[in-house]
Amino acid sequence: MSKLKLAVSDNDHKIGNTSAKTVLVEYGDYQCPYCGHAHPLLKRLLKEHGDKFMLVFRNFPLQEIHPAAMMAAQAAEAAALQGKFWEMHDYIYEHQDNLHGNSFLDFATHLKLDLNRFAEDWISQSILDKVEGDFESGIRSGVNGTPGFFLNGNFFNKYDATYESLERAII
Amino acid sequence: MILEKGQQAPDFELMATPDQKLKLSDLRGKRVILAFYPADWSPVCGDQMALYNETLRFFHKYNAELLGISVDGKWCHMAFTQTRNLHFPILADFEPKGAVSRSYGAYNEEEGHSKRALFVLDENGVIQWSYLSPEGINPGADGILDALESMAQVKDLNHS
Repeated sequence: MSKLKLAVSDNDHKIGNTSAKTVLVEYGDYQCPYCGHAHPLLKRLLKEHGDKFMLVFRNFPLQEIHPAAMMAAQAAEAAALQGKFWEMHDYIYEHQDNLHGNSFLDFATHLKLDLNRFAEDWISQSILDKVEGDFESGIRSGVNGTPGFFLNGNFFNKYDATYESLERAII
Repeated sequence: MILEKGQQAPDFELMATPDQKLKLSDLRGKRVILAFYPADWSPVCGDQMALYNETLRFFHKYNAELLGISVDGKWCHMAFTQTRNLHFPILADFEPKGAVSRSYGAYNEEEGHSKRALFVLDENGVIQWSYLSPEGINPGADGILDALESMAQVKDLNHS
């Protein structure tokens, strides 16, 4: 069974109980409908059990089949530089049917980001490198589709698109 | 049983597009990844060929070319390639059906399609790694990359 090859670090986006022993890492694609399906389930899991686990999100954009996935990942990373990663992350998934080049500036406006800075960061090399680094760590860890989950460093293959399968993992 | 490390990969010549053939031995000097798979059009985002399409740049770093192989015909492959925007050849093991898959031990006689099997060949066409995945499970790309990486290390040792 595949293992997470890149340990969770300060470079990662974390939410929930960041000192919990139970760590769920999601490799996700912002334009993948299955990730869109998982998003509210994870939100509910955080709401009901957010004290019991830490959630980490890493980018895994499948660019050839999802033309806006890379731009979306870059937008979320650019928002992170202004302390609003999870706000942008949620907003993108909540507007998954409307992802194209122009929508991300609208999202940034809605989140009251510094737009000049956002526009600059969004296309920066360092953000591209961050997204690519996430993707490569996923590939090396055996991610074979999205969403791809790792529970405490081990590939988690018991997620079956239900809330209960996630809940069983962390309690 | 699929062919294993150390065996010479059987040569073949298959249709890569409706009017072009590709011969394995023409790729000598490059590493080659052979990905046999059951069929085009699996109904998920993360299908194996779509995933490998995204990992080509990592394969190319190791001087490796990827060839997908299934028993689907050349027109089917063309449609699949266009729909998924694939940037690597997928070959039609179509006539005689499954002959190449069979020569690698990667043919499912009952279902009449290729098994989900991976082979990494070195620059001389010798198999350096092979893996048979359960048919329903996308094996990902990590095994291929680990194999390519360990081959790179062997080559480095030879040079030093």
